[in-house]
Amino acid sequence: MNINGILQIVVYLAVLLLLVKPLGLYMARVYEGENVVINRALGPFERLIYRIAGVNPDEGMTWKTYAVAVLVFSLISGLVVYALQRLQAGLPLNPAGMSAVSPDLAFNTAVSFMTNTNWQNYGGETTLSYLTQMLALTTQNFVSAAVGMAVLMAVIRGFRARSSQTLGNFWVDLVRGTMYILLPLSIILAVALVSQGVVQTVADYKTVPVLQATTYQVPHLDAAGQAVKDASGNPVMDTIALTQTTIALGPAASQIAIKQLGTNGGGFFNANSAHPLENPTAFSNFLELLAILLIPAALCYTFGRMVGDTRQGWAILIVMTLLLTPFIVLAYSAESNGNPRLTALGVDQTSSAIQSGGNMEGKEARFGVANSALWAVTTTAASNGSVNAMHDSLTPLGGLAPLAMLSLAEVVFGGVGCGLYGMFIFVIIAVFVAGLMVGRTPEYLGKKIESYEMKMASLCFLILPLMALDATALAVVLDVGKASVFNPGPHGFSEVLYAFMSQADNNGSAFGGLGGNTVFYNLLGGVVMLFGRFWMMIPPLAIAGSMARKKVVPPSAGTLPTHNALFIVWLIAIIVIVGALTFFPALALGPIVEHLMMIQ
Amino acid sequence: MLKQLRPALLILAIFTVITGVLYPAVITGIAQVFFPYQANGSIILKNGQPAGSALIGQSFDDPKYFWGRLSATAPFAYNASASAGSNLGPLNGVLTQTAQARIDALRAADPGNTALVPVDLVTASASGLDPQISPAAAEYQAARVAKARGLDIAAVRQLVAQNTTGRTLGMLGEPVVNVLQLNLALDDRQLK
Amino acid sequence: MSAAQTGTSKKRALFESSIVRRAAVDSLKKLNPALMAKNPVMFVVEVGSVVTTILLLLPHGAHQFGFNLQITLWLWFTVLFANFAEAMAEGRGKAQADALRKAKSETTAYKLKSNGEIEEVASSHLRVNDKVQVIAGQMIPGDGEVIEGVASVDESAITGESAPVIREAGGDRSAVTGGTRVLSDRIVVKITANPGETFLDRMIALVEGAERQKTPNEIALNILLAGLTIIFLLAVVTLEPFAVYSGAPQTAFVLISLLVCLIPTTIGGLLSAIGIAGMDRLVQHNVLAVSGRAVEAAGDVNTLLLDKTGTITLGNRQASEFLTAAGVTSEELADAAQLSSLPDETPEGRSIVVLAKEQYGLRGRELANLNVEYIPFSALTRMSGIDMEGRSIRKGAADAIDNYLKQNGDGSGRGIPDEVRATVDKVARQGGTPLVVAENGRALGVIHLKDIVKGGMKERFEQLRAMGIKTIMITGDNPLTAAAIAREAGVDDFLAEAKPKDKMDLIRREQAQGKLVAMTGDGTNDAPALAQADVGVAMNSGTQAAKEAGNMVDLDSNPTKLIEIVGIGKQLLMTRGALTTFSIANDVAKYFAIIPAMFMVVFPQLAVINIMHLRSPESAILSAVIFNALIIVALIPLALRGVAYRPMSAAALLRRNLWVYGMGGIIAPFIGIKAIDMVIAAIHLV
Repeated sequence: MNINGILQIVVYLAVLLLLVKPLGLYMARVYEGENVVINRALGPFERLIYRIAGVNPDEGMTWKTYAVAVLVFSLISGLVVYALQRLQAGLPLNPAGMSAVSPDLAFNTAVSFMTNTNWQNYGGETTLSYLTQMLALTTQNFVSAAVGMAVLMAVIRGFRARSSQTLGNFWVDLVRGTMYILLPLSIILAVALVSQGVVQTVADYKTVPVLQATTYQVPHLDAAGQAVKDASGNPVMDTIALTQTTIALGPAASQIAIKQLGTNGGGFFNANSAHPLENPTAFSNFLELLAILLIPAALCYTFGRMVGDTRQGWAILIVMTLLLTPFIVLAYSAESNGNPRLTALGVDQTSSAIQSGGNMEGKEARFGVANSALWAVTTTAASNGSVNAMHDSLTPLGGLAPLAMLSLAEVVFGGVGCGLYGMFIFVIIAVFVAGLMVGRTPEYLGKKIESYEMKMASLCFLILPLMALDATALAVVLDVGKASVFNPGPHGFSEVLYAFMSQADNNGSAFGGLGGNTVFYNLLGGVVMLFGRFWMMIPPLAIAGSMARKKVVPPSAGTLPTHNALFIVWLIAIIVIVGALTFFPALALGPIVEHLMMIQ
Repeated sequence: MLKQLRPALLILAIFTVITGVLYPAVITGIAQVFFPYQANGSIILKNGQPAGSALIGQSFDDPKYFWGRLSATAPFAYNASASAGSNLGPLNGVLTQTAQARIDALRAADPGNTALVPVDLVTASASGLDPQISPAAAEYQAARVAKARGLDIAAVRQLVAQNTTGRTLGMLGEPVVNVLQLNLALDDRQLK
Repeated sequence: MSAAQTGTSKKRALFESSIVRRAAVDSLKKLNPALMAKNPVMFVVEVGSVVTTILLLLPHGAHQFGFNLQITLWLWFTVLFANFAEAMAEGRGKAQADALRKAKSETTAYKLKSNGEIEEVASSHLRVNDKVQVIAGQMIPGDGEVIEGVASVDESAITGESAPVIREAGGDRSAVTGGTRVLSDRIVVKITANPGETFLDRMIALVEGAERQKTPNEIALNILLAGLTIIFLLAVVTLEPFAVYSGAPQTAFVLISLLVCLIPTTIGGLLSAIGIAGMDRLVQHNVLAVSGRAVEAAGDVNTLLLDKTGTITLGNRQASEFLTAAGVTSEELADAAQLSSLPDETPEGRSIVVLAKEQYGLRGRELANLNVEYIPFSALTRMSGIDMEGRSIRKGAADAIDNYLKQNGDGSGRGIPDEVRATVDKVARQGGTPLVVAENGRALGVIHLKDIVKGGMKERFEQLRAMGIKTIMITGDNPLTAAAIAREAGVDDFLAEAKPKDKMDLIRREQAQGKLVAMTGDGTNDAPALAQADVGVAMNSGTQAAKEAGNMVDLDSNPTKLIEIVGIGKQLLMTRGALTTFSIANDVAKYFAIIPAMFMVVFPQLAVINIMHLRSPESAILSAVIFNALIIVALIPLALRGVAYRPMSAAALLRRNLWVYGMGGIIAPFIGIKAIDMVIAAIHLV
């Protein structure tokens, strides 16, 4: 670790926290239907959308209606994404001539985008046409994010309602979130990214000559497409001269902006934000990093403002920040220490003025270890899933940090909207146990937490272990699961564990060595993502519905304060203990044992 | 359920047009008007002809060129239409073998050099297309390149410095040397 | 039957040998899976124990037999210890129920037939609305209401209080309880409960826990514990495939040990004992709650309505001063006051006589010698007095005398003179009750009746305030008097000149704001409010209507006890919360014991995590299992007694309990497991 790396982390967090209040306030005003300047210009258009769609914007929905609307919209979204992939070969805007995506991969990708996961079993520049990227992926990047935020708004309204039945109107929340929050921010970010060198074009891939002509070898294939082997059983290789290279291009900036802002993470290119055309400079990297946590962080303030007590929002933001920071430090320090196996070869991994040093495998020179570690932890804290370094090549403890963030159920910032409503589940559990400890039926924001709320909260915190652990167990016993593992030993186990935790959490990042594009992983992963999204979404809505009907108990000295330091510490303890107790055995067999083997 | 079907279909359709077509189109328009160089891949022109991208690395193994990061793209290194990292775990034997092979190649091209090898020269980048290396990695190779080209090492170092980008605002990111641009500059200098 | 036998007034030793013996037997009976299934956490342990037992009996069980056998035994002990805790809590109740049952023995009832004849019937044949006669020395055969006569009754069988109480027809002291004994006089009782539904029956059922239903918070906690159990079940079940993949497969014994150590057995095993013990603690305080729900609600109370008289102040007001009107001597006033009070048997009346005697040497006169007509207090006139030999003396509240003077005064139609009214106001402002004395149409002056606030009330209200509970004093006094007493007693608010409807409105108003209200009451006119309040504590001395309306009955009829009831309710919840935290915090140490033990064979590097330096993998696992079982036993006293509770703010309570049970829960098992490991090593158990 060096001073400059620490400084970058501090500056990042400081800028992020400075933006929380203005953006949070703005979002609260958007969702409350207050005047936010652009709605003056776009207001008529907003009302036109409601008229076309047959929506009465003043009609409140019960939690059940709200949930049904969310599910119907998501289902249709999934179907559209699936159809576009399967039909892309015959549709326009396909300059690279991509063929139809296979059914299982199309299913996985459709689920991946409708659930705001953006797990990439596809390789952007090698699988999808420009049209699919734009109509299916970019659109879903917007609306699946807006769905998460809308559900959060419904949940917040449930907390603050006084003996009410309704939680707002899903269609209104969806339209406002997309038009007034995600679109304007994306336009600003996309233009800024283009200025840094992110490509934005609908022209064909560009072929350029290489400066030094080289050759490479590929297996010689027979007429049937099988690799030919020589007498001794070695494959026969063809040598091919390389004099030019084709650079994949496309309308990347517009998609990258929203994939960062909407905690989507699905890259335009396979290498995601490590790709130089997706994230060309240190400054573009800073902007993209900022975009990962920007909305989830600001939503804390939005929440506080909407329930009329901003201290509640700040308390949660502090909890998130305090949970995030140690893992950034852990990852940065582990990556800085580098790989002892390379040191043994005579490799210089020390940090100095002229090199970042540390474990540079799977990292870009312009980012170095500090920015890569920072990104790895923030992208897994938020359920973003974009990467600017290959997580599979992280050191064991460097990889433990993102795995740990995943095991905290994506409530440390988390996905836009879903992170915060997931956090409420932990708040409810923390309030419940603490409430008992002070001898009162627990209450949060003046609403009593009773058995119905506990039932729903328990359903929520079950889903991550249920999906992640069971799917991992299945994959490591079945041959089809084991066959995709890339790295040997405990690291291979981490690959599988990471994959299913990431999908159950709707994160989307991966230990990329795992060959995920198989029928087994595509289907199982798709199911895990579906449950991870909607099983996490319905119970909080149900809680909101139940909370909305309750009377508000006025606070007194006997009320457990949920905004002071003590509660912050308690909430952190609950989150860490539940996460650690659930995943410690698995993590012990993955990164922990790998680390101990490495330092031996 | 059915009552929500119409808004679901229509709102998705409307947003597909707005966010899926209009939004990228507007960004493309702005990009092509205000940032045509960046928006089209930062293509370097040499005598009016494209000579690679300033942002996409290329494979070098000739001693007279600076070498870049290792690349794990398939089927050949620095395949700019199939970005990928190696995904090798830290204890994977292939990682050390690959690193050892690079070290051997570097040593073979520059027998007298006994310095420790900067880590970015023996590791694969995340994208497989990393256009840059650390100043340390450039310095490690400067003597070799100078010798192969019969140049004064100071001249080579000067070119390295010219193609080095410092930290943004003195703080963000890491200082880096653009390998392709540096090698183009070296060739240019020799032609003169 | 003496009070000591009933056990309701005396605290039982925590581990009384007879209870322990019965509990030991019951804990075996409770192994019945149908009963265990009600407690998901312990059910999982039982299933685990059964599985290990079967595996042990299978042929290949011989491998590591000693270790596996010990694990199996300790798993069974874990279940038994939890059952024992519950049986202990129940046993204390059962012992009490047995004592109460003795009071319920069959008695002969003397039933009054409609024609006035008396028929002897067994008490078990009495029905509602039967009338029975009870005379001195007889047992009252069933719950009922005195409709004729007055008697002193020994209620020690119910209350443990040996001093007899007066029960009389009409008014608020008419309720009698079956199984109590009439000591003097004769009363006629109308039976209000059929046999089997009497107060005593209810009380027996309650203390026995026969009708115990889970309370709302207990249900919610059970859901959380079930959720955690499922999570750990998932974590352990999936660990085996992970272990196989990593080349370190585990035996079922080890996996079940890990599971049992991780699931919250400590709280799961003690949860129902805590609930039963909470009710039991209430019984120890001589309070009966109709449901556990009411006890929990007591912990949540935001507002306490307290009657001034008897709760905040001593029941009796005392005359402290004679304040004369202009032109009247003190002696004149004292004389008139004393005369008018002579026939007045109320404590206030007597205190006036005494004050006159002490200050002015006026001796009480025998009224019989005088030709006196006594005008008793009535709700209509709200004054009392005497008429004798040309003197007509009245005393009463200022406005009542004012009215009286206007109608019966000197003909001028004037009421109380302004200077007397000023005195009245002054007394009221000081918290006293002014009684105006008038003779022959002229106001003589004012008697200052003073309320005596009970000692220590101010401190108690301060504690309540710290707990966030608002106290409201209810009084029939005028606002000035009420304000002064409220100030002196330190209550937060008061309701003056309260009529039953005002009380009801106040409760509704508080509840509309989402607050929970507790109150005490005894009269029939309190019944609607008692029913409306979230916690309504009826005085045992009160009317049947009041007892039916409330959800608790205080056998001691001590209204101040409401404050203790709140404490008991809070303590019940706190004990659950504290042990939940403790239980979960324990898991940290257990992981550090078991995970390295499981995988050290394949990954020796994991020895680093064995921070307790446990001797061997077997010893580590066994130590964790033994600790897990023993901690249940160790915490039984805490579960039965409840965690120490001192009134303080929620934030302060949380900080304290987190330190004790959170940090304690993390640290204790490290020490405990290490100690057990050392013992195991010393005696070569594995």
